[in-house]
Amino acid sequence: MSMRATGRIGDGATGRRGDGASGAGFTPSPLDPHASSPGRPVASSGGPVIRLRGITKVYRMGSVAVHALRGISLDVYRGEMIAIMGPSGSGKSTLMNIIGCLDQPTGGSYELDGVEVSQLADDELAKVRNRRIGFVFQSFNLLPRLPALRQVELPLIYAGADDRRTRATTALELVGLTDRMHHRPTELSGGQQQRVAIARALVNQPSLILADEPTGALDSQTSLEIIGIFQQLNREHGITVVFVTHEHDIAEHTRRTIHLRDGLVVSDGPVANPRVVG
Amino acid sequence: MGVIESFRVALQSLDANRLRSALTMLGIIIGVGAVIGLTSVGRGAQNAVTDRIQGMGTNLLFVRPGSTQQGGVRSAAGSAPTLTMEDGEAIAEEIPTVLGVAPEAGGFVQVISQGQNLGTRIVATNAMYPSVRNHNVADGEFFTRQQVESRSLVVVLGANVARTLFGDASPVDQMIGLSLGPRRMSFRVIGVMEAKGGTGFGNQDDVVFMPITTMQERLSRQRTPGGQHVVGNLNVQVAEEREMDRTVQEIGELLRRRHRVAQDDFHVQSQQDILETANQITGIMTILLGAIAGISLLVGGIGIMNIMLVSVTERTREIGIRKAVGARWRDIMLQFLIESMVVSAVGGIVGIILGVAIARILAGLEFSGQALPAVVTADSVLTAFVVSAAVGLFFGIYPASRAARLHPIEALRYE
Repeated sequence: MSMRATGRIGDGATGRRGDGASGAGFTPSPLDPHASSPGRPVASSGGPVIRLRGITKVYRMGSVAVHALRGISLDVYRGEMIAIMGPSGSGKSTLMNIIGCLDQPTGGSYELDGVEVSQLADDELAKVRNRRIGFVFQSFNLLPRLPALRQVELPLIYAGADDRRTRATTALELVGLTDRMHHRPTELSGGQQQRVAIARALVNQPSLILADEPTGALDSQTSLEIIGIFQQLNREHGITVVFVTHEHDIAEHTRRTIHLRDGLVVSDGPVANPRVVG
Repeated sequence: MGVIESFRVALQSLDANRLRSALTMLGIIIGVGAVIGLTSVGRGAQNAVTDRIQGMGTNLLFVRPGSTQQGGVRSAAGSAPTLTMEDGEAIAEEIPTVLGVAPEAGGFVQVISQGQNLGTRIVATNAMYPSVRNHNVADGEFFTRQQVESRSLVVVLGANVARTLFGDASPVDQMIGLSLGPRRMSFRVIGVMEAKGGTGFGNQDDVVFMPITTMQERLSRQRTPGGQHVVGNLNVQVAEEREMDRTVQEIGELLRRRHRVAQDDFHVQSQQDILETANQITGIMTILLGAIAGISLLVGGIGIMNIMLVSVTERTREIGIRKAVGARWRDIMLQFLIESMVVSAVGGIVGIILGVAIARILAGLEFSGQALPAVVTADSVLTAFVVSAAVGLFFGIYPASRAARLHPIEALRYE
């Protein structure tokens, strides 16, 4: 895969300079090489990025209550790269929605960067999604008709940032799409579309990137390229990546795998021999 | 997200669906165009009527006979033969604020000249008429006080009568025959009045003017029971506008005294009264036209709501994506509201252009020989624009709030 953009990352000088002292709200800049050293996961200077305690989710279908999550507790630390796995119906999508602040748990506590987010109102959740979470979806979820650069600018627009173009360009360089910045989704291959989505996910320097079956719509070669990008972002820029997947192939490329079944964590442990792309 | 950014997002998505945006606009374009076009016709009619009434003279009062009552049967207003020449003379002499009085009596005659036979109306009056009614002679001269006193057999022709009978040639000093009922007489034409315009009954151009005494003595012999000469009405010119109300009162007192009646057998009407009545009627007409056109604007607004609702459904996934990356309630709300307002405002502007064009075309047309006046006023343009933008806002609220309320997960899942 293309690694050519990585050399220029520090030159942008547009990202926030992380000084490591701002406490729970501090987000390491993925665009700033000083935020982490290559090859080494950044250890938790503060608490975990994600701290779940007894998370439950109950859906009401008429008079029937469906217990999607029955009490999930787990910690994800800064710089980790994990996969949440489980068969369909295990509750992994529900967990992803809750971790992604798209939905709220019925019970339990969820601290993101040390801030309790399980009780926030819709607009506050929107702000959290904007500033702290980057999403990558199976179906890319790009806006129709917008060129790549504008897709990547979208989170910055809602954040009210003013150096959008520079930051979006830098993010596209990171995923190796410098030469496709003005192409629309219909003019891009699946892999390229997913790279645009990854650039969009990381442009606002989030605390974590949440990837829901990011290779589900791609062939195996392209899948490997995409996984490679995530590994590179994680390794070289210390970005926390959480995959939600049922593909063992992806899980083997992470360093920790959590298995869910019937709304409970059934296993949580390191991957024996993590595979590395490239 | 700022308003400017919301505008950009809204414009982008309108641009992405050009045909749909244009079709949505069409409803507003037609609505606003109709409002402007039709109200301009109404305003034009109003202006024409106002011009006409103001052209009758300045500071004018009209005294008309009232109705008679005999044994509980009231006849129509204006039908009683109660106003006389002598009343007119008394008003002119006894009320100091009156500048002049021109009595009027009328009838229909056949004009016979050079083998042509033309039915027209007689206005019999005195020498004050041109100055009181602000209607001057274009060719020749009006009859003098002496000619009135001597009951001269002279006439002054209205512009249309002169043109009909004599074409472009001057009718001055020509002889014409007039027949009223069984009587027939020859008159000398001494002048032609300037054209006043207007159509229908009361057109001052389709008239033959003659001295009122001539009419009373030689053609019609209507008298009151007391032997006085009856007139149709009195045109009274008042010197100053601020004396109008007082003069109306004084004329009332004078006539009540002269007629020895408890109940008024006459009406005094000022030019302003007539103007107000006419303006009321034309104003109602304008509102009516505007209201009819307003319905199409309303339909256009509902069209916007309809399309916006479709658009919200169609773009559910887009809304989900925007929400996932951090769009708040107000960001989505603003985006869709601005979209509908831009559609209706742009539609409004195009509609205004269309409306002005309609007004121009209508103003160039002639209906039954008369130009249809159409006046586009700044306030009707402004109103139409503000209303169309408000229509966009109002009918955009519901679709926009539907979009803004969508749950991000369900929106993302929507296929």
